[in-house]
Amino acid sequence: MSVDLATVKRVAHLARIAVNGDDAERMTGELNTILGFVEQLGEVDVSGIEPMTSVTPMLMKKREDMVTDGGIADRIVSNAPATAENFFLVPKVVE
Amino acid sequence: MTDLTHLTIAEARARLKAKEFTAAELADAYLAAIDAANPHFNAYVAVTHDKAREMAAASDARLAKGEGGALEGIPLGIKDLFATKGFHTQAASHILDGFKPEYESTVTANLWADGAVMLGKLNMDEFAMGSSNETSYYGPVVNPWRRGANGVGKADNKQLVPGGSSGGSAAAVAAWLCAGATATDTGGSIRQPAAFTGTVGIKPTYGRVSRWGIVAFASSLDQAGPIARDVRDAAILLKSMASVDAKDTTSVDRPVPDYEAALGQSMKGMKIGIPREYRVDGMPDEIEKLWKQGIEWLRAAGAEIVDISLPHTKYALPAYYIVAPAEASSNLARYDGVRYGLRVPGKDIVDMYEKTRAEGFGREVKRRIMIGTYVLSAGYYDAYYVQAQKVRTLIKRDFENAYRDGIDAILTPATPSAAFGIADEDMAADPVKMYLNDIFTVTVNMAGLPGIAVPAGVDANGLPLGLQLIGRPFDEETLFRAAHVIEQAAGRFEPQKWW
Amino acid sequence: MSIIDTRIPEARRFIPGATGDWEVIIGLEVHAQVTSQSKLFSGASTKFGAEPNANVSLVDAAMPGMLPVINEECVKQAIRSGLGLKAQINLKSVFDRKNYFYPDLPQGYQISQYKQPIVGEGKIMISVGPDREGKFEEIEVGIERLHLEQDAGKSMHDQHPTMSYVDLNRSGVALMEIVSKPDMRSADEAKAYVTKLRTILRYLGTCDGNMDEGSLRADVNVSVRKPGGEFGTRCEIKNVNSIRFIGQAIDYEARRQIAILEDGGSIDQETRLFDPGKGETRSMRSKEEAHDYRYFPDPDLLPLEFDQAYVDALAAHLPELPDAKRDRLVGKLGLSVYDASILVSEKAIADYFEQVADGRDGKTAANWVINDLLGLLNKAGKGIEESPVSPAQLGGIIDLIKEGVISGKIAKDLFEIVWSEGGDPKQIVETRGMKQVTDTGAIEKAVDEIIAANPDKVAQALAKPTLAGWFVGQVMKATGGKANPQAVNDLVKAKLGIE
Repeated sequence: MSVDLATVKRVAHLARIAVNGDDAERMTGELNTILGFVEQLGEVDVSGIEPMTSVTPMLMKKREDMVTDGGIADRIVSNAPATAENFFLVPKVVE
Repeated sequence: MTDLTHLTIAEARARLKAKEFTAAELADAYLAAIDAANPHFNAYVAVTHDKAREMAAASDARLAKGEGGALEGIPLGIKDLFATKGFHTQAASHILDGFKPEYESTVTANLWADGAVMLGKLNMDEFAMGSSNETSYYGPVVNPWRRGANGVGKADNKQLVPGGSSGGSAAAVAAWLCAGATATDTGGSIRQPAAFTGTVGIKPTYGRVSRWGIVAFASSLDQAGPIARDVRDAAILLKSMASVDAKDTTSVDRPVPDYEAALGQSMKGMKIGIPREYRVDGMPDEIEKLWKQGIEWLRAAGAEIVDISLPHTKYALPAYYIVAPAEASSNLARYDGVRYGLRVPGKDIVDMYEKTRAEGFGREVKRRIMIGTYVLSAGYYDAYYVQAQKVRTLIKRDFENAYRDGIDAILTPATPSAAFGIADEDMAADPVKMYLNDIFTVTVNMAGLPGIAVPAGVDANGLPLGLQLIGRPFDEETLFRAAHVIEQAAGRFEPQKWW
Repeated sequence: MSIIDTRIPEARRFIPGATGDWEVIIGLEVHAQVTSQSKLFSGASTKFGAEPNANVSLVDAAMPGMLPVINEECVKQAIRSGLGLKAQINLKSVFDRKNYFYPDLPQGYQISQYKQPIVGEGKIMISVGPDREGKFEEIEVGIERLHLEQDAGKSMHDQHPTMSYVDLNRSGVALMEIVSKPDMRSADEAKAYVTKLRTILRYLGTCDGNMDEGSLRADVNVSVRKPGGEFGTRCEIKNVNSIRFIGQAIDYEARRQIAILEDGGSIDQETRLFDPGKGETRSMRSKEEAHDYRYFPDPDLLPLEFDQAYVDALAAHLPELPDAKRDRLVGKLGLSVYDASILVSEKAIADYFEQVADGRDGKTAANWVINDLLGLLNKAGKGIEESPVSPAQLGGIIDLIKEGVISGKIAKDLFEIVWSEGGDPKQIVETRGMKQVTDTGAIEKAVDEIIAANPDKVAQALAKPTLAGWFVGQVMKATGGKANPQAVNDLVKAKLGIE
């Protein structure tokens, strides 16, 4: 499989990365090189093989239902580029 | 007085306890070395002078009372990927500009609890994506090794890469700018730079070290470990870094052994596997020679050498370049200019996202996000991601079969070559060429196993080369034991000081 | 997924159009907030109405390096809910990441369950009616699945001319998404379904069902077709937050789609928003672009696994659910299905009723609860939890009637006194002299007086014995209602000499 310029632009938009024409052009080449490299996986016979879902076979650890966190709104927003009254501010979203 | 920065952790620890010098003196010696040499190497992206002195003073107070932890007063460098509360934590990325976390990673918290002293934050490939430390927003790190070092081969002044992604960690340890360093390894990011700088680096078993507070690259592959000057120091550091952490669901609930105790134990009766699939086309003779030498050393120490087969080895790297970017594309979605880091204004929210991420991420990171987004997208998921995860099951099974047959550890080369030059044209032109650096190390991440890189010799140009030992899950002790045997036989490797 | 039509088209449900009859097909995705103290993957509180970002942990804000750890109570609640829906409980399920960018989604993905949900197929019996003959129709609605997922934060758009405000208090709160099969054929059925689902969850204590606070909201999938024909293209109406609005949205949407189709147009599969002010649905601009959520298993989490014994233990402690309770009230207490249905419609009402009925006549208790208590509560706009009359008080009133201490009429007065003033019914009866007069001497005297004063009525009553009731009424009036009506009746008849 290989990608074309339109696909690269679509993927870039999905990933929310602005690309100009040159970027997209360059990325198309790079992506195709990498996709060409991974193509060889197709030759592996994986019939009856389960995809790996956990590296270490173990039961998932669970938490007790207790409030152990929160109440730190000032620290939550301390690194934010724009805030007001402990809200995060973003350019207006139209629904 | 000896140069305090040249002491190993084990030596410094003993002499601090004996009150031959103070933690403050030791920290100051390192800070002075960093201030003098860091402009040459660009290994540190932030030096925390005040914090280091404050921590060292606290260590001295404890040492004076006869107290102190396993790393009391030992100055360490911390890879910029680890969250350090109130200090530079930016994964060497523009997108995390100015980020100072309100929390401390479990690993660094463990180190500080054992008395270690923070010298600063170490450079790395952006978001740990790279094999040469050239993708950092802060510029490349320079390897303290140069061709012709210690009179071997023809000398030149060309700057070499320290490997990546933990290039700052490896360079700082090799150049005596810290006693040891934290690092992380997703496809080889501890072992390859260790091999390129003549240092020891271990990637522990997945789940041995908590990932909490470490900026995520690929969650199912990331694992933190130390880079140190010798095997003993690596054992000491890993003991402190490792823990069982309720905050990391993938952290495994088993006690942390005393790794140092494994050093010096006999290799008699141990079976070391030599996988034929690691003899790759075009492998330089000197790598082949080094590998044979390693085999002889282990045999001489009493180990039984067994030829083994890991048939799916060649598929590990392509599978990795699906799994790791896929996870990364999702893990890096949180860098959106809303809650922290860089924000580039846009005409609306989507425009803000796109501009922020276009400017905030470097080329390699964007490339991987693009690949990851593509392989997860509708219509391609099964062909790429599911297929890769199935191949991963097979890779893991190869190792399980070997271990079931009684193999205790597997010996391979660590890298297909010695350190290469900064801005290598071949690698810049073809991303896959760069990716091939991880060909021997990436299988270990895919299977979640422990792997250690230990320096074993030099190439024709006098540059260090490493061997890799791969162990059973949670059997880091055997790796330390075997690596120590190689270290004893091969000796230590230090760069010739030119700075 | 192929859709199986479980219903037989019936004319009484058709919507007449210009070109003939139409049938509406409805499926619902209900998002029910899991009742828990803390969030699905973090220890922050789930309490409603906190200050901005006060119920937010570092995990909820998706700080770099933060990891999710699952709340076991949420898992149990999902299993309980599944059991209540008579559904398949999956002993292994998987958490996936649903990737998309939105300012109230800090991770850039929602942790959800896509391919392997915790709960599979189940069913709910709903009751629609009464029709003209007063009959109720029982309809089975299939449940496709129930899965656990994270709620998003909240964006507010009217605080600032150019900025939206983001509050992450809800971010990470556990939701159960409960997906029905497209088994509903009218707005009434959809409303009955949500009502019943809400009742079941409230009985189970797995969701408080508070639609005002957004604890339960529905995405409504609506399509229309010619009766019995192919399913049409559906539109999804997002986040409808009241049962009444669900009905209005369906009616509007069905008419809108029919109008388009009858005009020769076609329906675009799209996401729409219901505007309660206008009673209309409109296309959502922000959801216009095609989605590609790139689902894949969350590598920070392991598969969610438990054994059958775990499920069985939860099943053993499940409360009696509304259908079973209704059947018991009908079977054991002899209530009508109608009355029983009213009593079980809310767990609090059922609990109240059962306390009143305990050791008393069920039908009497039901009459009092339904006609008197619920009537007055309804008028006062109060819920059963706020009832000024406690079950013990109401029970006391009923006991006083049964013991013959007060008449039924006085009991109504007593009930109103207890309602408005409180107090022990027995004591009120004592202190206010409300006891019924059973002293035949006193009654006899009153009867005699009235007979003597009304000879014309006596004559009429002798001619037409049913008119004896007039005398009974007069006696009751004269005794202030305290005379035992049965005793009065007997005496009047005896004195008049009628049988």
